[in-house]
Amino acid sequence: MSASAALARPPAAPLRRPSAGPPRGSAAAAVRRGPVADDLYRTLLGACALLVFVVVVLIVQQSVVGALPSIRAFGWHFLVSSQWDPVAERFGALPYLYGTLVSSALAMLLAVPLGLATAVFLAEVAPRRVGSMVAFVVELLASIPSIVYGIWGLFVLAPFLRTLVEPWLIRHLGFLPLFEGFPFGIGMLNAGLVLAVMVLPTIVSISREVLLATPGALRQAALALGSTRAEAIAVAVDAARPGILGAAILGLGRALGETMAVTMVIGNTNRISASLLAPGATMASVIANEFTEATGALHLSALFEVALVLFALTLVVNAAARLLVHWATGGRRDVAGAA
Amino acid sequence: MTMRNASARRFTTALLLVALAAAAAVPATAQSLTGAGATFPYPIYSKWFDAYHQKTGVQINYQSIGSGAGIQQVKAGTVDFGGSDAALTNERLKELPRPVVHFPTVAGAVVLAYNLPGFAGPLRLTPETVTGIYLGRITAWNDRRIAAANPGAALPAAPILPVHRSDGSGTTNIFTSYLSAVSSEWKELVGANTSVSWPAGIGGKGNEGVAGLVRQTPGTIGYVELAYAKQNKLPVALLRNKTGTFVEPSLASTTAAVEGSAALLAKDVRTPIVNAARPDAWPIAGLTFLLLYKDQKDAAKGRALAEFIRWAMHDGQGMAEALDYARLPEAVIKVNEAALGTLTSGGKPLLGR
Repeated sequence: MSASAALARPPAAPLRRPSAGPPRGSAAAAVRRGPVADDLYRTLLGACALLVFVVVVLIVQQSVVGALPSIRAFGWHFLVSSQWDPVAERFGALPYLYGTLVSSALAMLLAVPLGLATAVFLAEVAPRRVGSMVAFVVELLASIPSIVYGIWGLFVLAPFLRTLVEPWLIRHLGFLPLFEGFPFGIGMLNAGLVLAVMVLPTIVSISREVLLATPGALRQAALALGSTRAEAIAVAVDAARPGILGAAILGLGRALGETMAVTMVIGNTNRISASLLAPGATMASVIANEFTEATGALHLSALFEVALVLFALTLVVNAAARLLVHWATGGRRDVAGAA
Repeated sequence: MTMRNASARRFTTALLLVALAAAAAVPATAQSLTGAGATFPYPIYSKWFDAYHQKTGVQINYQSIGSGAGIQQVKAGTVDFGGSDAALTNERLKELPRPVVHFPTVAGAVVLAYNLPGFAGPLRLTPETVTGIYLGRITAWNDRRIAAANPGAALPAAPILPVHRSDGSGTTNIFTSYLSAVSSEWKELVGANTSVSWPAGIGGKGNEGVAGLVRQTPGTIGYVELAYAKQNKLPVALLRNKTGTFVEPSLASTTAAVEGSAALLAKDVRTPIVNAARPDAWPIAGLTFLLLYKDQKDAAKGRALAEFIRWAMHDGQGMAEALDYARLPEAVIKVNEAALGTLTSGGKPLLGR
């Protein structure tokens, strides 16, 4: 499952597209070697592309086959039941669906404003050299293995939350259902914070690149029309909106699928609680927790179905996010970094 | 942007497939055996395989991928033997293509570690208080049911936070088997399994996750393997066993638990050994098993495996305690030897008597 952590890691230079290089060179070679090499090259590339497609199809097919007994046994009830009892072999994924959505939403709520502010500072306000140095450090964050974030969350963040933050929240905001309960230190809030730190580099580095790619003329024009500096920056941010939304989507993708770190800090209980201080669980965490020792056939199948639901959720979120980008930009694709 | 994400995902999948293919390509000759399963006995198994390799040249490869996955591999016939912390139920045995024999190798104990600042200890618990805590019924340390077992001790009025394993594990199976054995209410409401639907508390991943939560959070109690508690010097509770004696968890009291169940094990080696009726027995104990097909397809491999198990029952047992596993008592070793005699290949016994 740490694989899912790796997949959302932001590319170091997300805007450089190297794809144009090699084919052109090979096309030149093909002219010298004749059409056979050209065909061979095309077939090879096609086969590679097909292989990727086949792998995805196989993953879906295997998940569906694995999930079939559970789908037959529980039907749609699987999505709305919150009972997860491996002993009685009754399974419902609602607490995990809820946990995945809430922890990711919390992470985005924290990471998007912070990430965007950081990106604006790095791209627009800070001197270029400082900006690229800080950006380099931020990108380093992305290469830290997720288990390290988990250990940090468990041994550093959790005691801090338990002794300072959560008692304060309970004392002053405890009348809200959101901050009710006992200061465990671990739970939904901890998971949301750890996820926010994990998705931050993705959002910062891509947003910064997108902002840097917007034409300088935009700002100059805004300034020439009498805007303040802040207003000129706002114009640039508006122009970069599709790319910034894309960055947020990439971050969300990572948050939804993150497994190891979340498993370590979320508290792993299959109860739905309105309180952010209460423990919970996500779809990825229940798979990581129970897959290796799932001895019952239906238990295993239910875990396959959770994986399928996670797959579907990721698909829905990605599709929704694309629609959002389309809607937010009015179908504009001219700006650098458009999704 | 999302395209890039998707291609990264595909690339990772491809990498995984390559890694899986590499892991599956283990050479299989008569002198090389492959097993897979439980992670709990992995340290002692790798020690045994290493020592046995030096002695006989037989190479044994064991992948500690978890009991459930190990059983799947046995079912698929991709390994020569499996390792499991839980004995297979009759239904599970029926799912396998051929009869399987269980060989207990070592015993382990599950202990209750706690964090009570200012409490000198040792904490004494009874089956009723442990069940009450994990059912969420006993919620304060100064509950009169706990106080009754700790006369004179100054128990704080702090809330109790029970911690359990979030990952499916043999440890959880042993612990919930114990709770099911001592409480009909637990058996009815929750039951025993490698993972259960916990009525109370929070979950930590792995022994280290549970121990981490217990160590940091005042008022917690959590169950971990004996070896883990010993190596990390966690304060552990004494527990009243079936005979009414408060026992300290140790390797000796775990072996005593196995011995106390020896008569039952002789009838069926799969019988849970929790709540053994011996004054010196630690009640939350369990065995870990090797699983072999009764009729071995390859006679040479089968014989090598049987000889290894015979070695593990004698020379091997001596290495157990240094690694914090409880050794098997003589009575159970005899049970295993009898079982070795029933192994066949093509209908012929594997080992001469």
